[in-house]
Amino acid sequence: MAYSDKVVDHYNNPRNVGSLDKKDPSVGTGLVGAPECGDVMKLQIKINPETQIIEDAKFKTFGCGSAIASSSLATEWLKGRSVDDALAIKNSAIVKELNLPPVKIHCSVLAEDAIKAAVRDYQHKQTAEKEKAEEAAVNA
Amino acid sequence: MALKLPIYMDYHATTPCDPRVFEAMRPYFTEIFGNAASRNHQFGWEAEEAIENARKQVAELISATSKEIVFTSGATESDNLAIKGVADMYYERGDHIITAVTEHKAVLDSCKKLEKRGFKVTYLPVGSDGLISADDVRNAITDKTILVTIMMANNEIGVIQPIAEIGKVCKEKGVLFHTDATQAIGKIPFNVHDLNVDLASFSAHKIYGPKGVGGLYVRRKNPRVVLVPMMDGGGHERGMRSGTLNVTGIVGLGKACELAKEEMPSENERVLGLREKLRKGIMDEIPDVYVNGHSTERLPGNLNVSFAYVEGESLLMGINDIAVSSGSACTSASLEPSYVLKALGVGEELAHSSIRFGLGRFNTEEEVDYTIGRVNEAVNRLRELSPLWEMVQEGVDLSKVQWAGE
Repeated sequence: MAYSDKVVDHYNNPRNVGSLDKKDPSVGTGLVGAPECGDVMKLQIKINPETQIIEDAKFKTFGCGSAIASSSLATEWLKGRSVDDALAIKNSAIVKELNLPPVKIHCSVLAEDAIKAAVRDYQHKQTAEKEKAEEAAVNA
Repeated sequence: MALKLPIYMDYHATTPCDPRVFEAMRPYFTEIFGNAASRNHQFGWEAEEAIENARKQVAELISATSKEIVFTSGATESDNLAIKGVADMYYERGDHIITAVTEHKAVLDSCKKLEKRGFKVTYLPVGSDGLISADDVRNAITDKTILVTIMMANNEIGVIQPIAEIGKVCKEKGVLFHTDATQAIGKIPFNVHDLNVDLASFSAHKIYGPKGVGGLYVRRKNPRVVLVPMMDGGGHERGMRSGTLNVTGIVGLGKACELAKEEMPSENERVLGLREKLRKGIMDEIPDVYVNGHSTERLPGNLNVSFAYVEGESLLMGINDIAVSSGSACTSASLEPSYVLKALGVGEELAHSSIRFGLGRFNTEEEVDYTIGRVNEAVNRLRELSPLWEMVQEGVDLSKVQWAGE
């Protein structure tokens, strides 16, 4: 199978590879896929609680070149976006940008899932933080 | 000599035609173009002579007689002819066939088709080393069994089944024995008497001959095997395979067999040396690499390894100037990882991480050195990119993780 130039570019020069501190309350972590299925994506976002803007995004992916490219592209798009804008990223946009063939569409779906999972994780953390703060206030 | 890229290391898929084979074939395109079945003129006689010479070359490689060689379009056709031909000929004796789960699709799908027609097929499982035992075959044989079909060398993991022992059991039980020897004949010693095989499939393009030609060994004595043909027509090949003979291709197949017979001992020693260099060069440098299939009962040129925490197709992309293949689902149309690796009990995760290196006649030491460097570099890079590798380094037991995608 021939890969699109953009997939090859992301594969050779993946953007934003790495990890953020998953214990940090301002970091949301999404881990999607399964080793048995041949794809696992870990996508992390660091959000400014004041502005709700994503200040940093990192990924690590076990998967084919298209899976790596989809998650790499997702981190590029996430940086600087608001949380609501992040949730608006659709897998079809990734397919279009990377010229993914039909058999690789699941890679883009996984990237969209990873974004949603990361945001959900951040929101859970924020709720927990808020509850903790309220509890502390009551006890004070 | 300067290294020429890309490097071909996929000799189980196909092999380049040896220049000596090509030279032997050359006159048969334009000059000696007769139909081997034309009995009444020079053109036909010359073609027939070439065919009979090739038949002898093939027969000598496997210690058979010329009359036991039936030329076909390749091993897929030979497998179909052997299995369906026996079933159609001997169905009154019984309706049971024994094969193994790791066989090539040409064998498995032929068996499946017969199942639809009412035949019963036993698919023997394999051990974690990819091998079946002669006792497994013995225990599966019933008084209804008419055929055992077990491949000699596996196309993915290169393991070599104990064909001689299985042949002995079949002979003792009076059951016909077919072996798909596509990856074996011309690569490792093959003697139809020592192995007690009644039918054996083979192909030219796996042994430095041309594509589109192969053959089937059909035993003529003790017992005499008769097949119902699949192709009806002019009654070529003793009625077993009608159709004008592919003279040029058959000449190539014969020459390829002649070269294989002459050069096998020295070639195998050299190829095994390259394979072991490659294996050590990778496994001494990279942790968590697993060889799939038996470590010594395998083809000299085969190395099938899984690189844990790295997906196979992404690894192929990282070594894109080296032609190899992967058991990863992403490299096949089926979206399922290799059924052969699954049959060995290799976890799906490791099946997705597998690479098959197939070394052969034209690989060099320099190519192996280059490959080791490229593979190790790519694996290290992809592990840095792998969340699984990171988790394992942090001490996470991946088997205990509740994966979202499951």
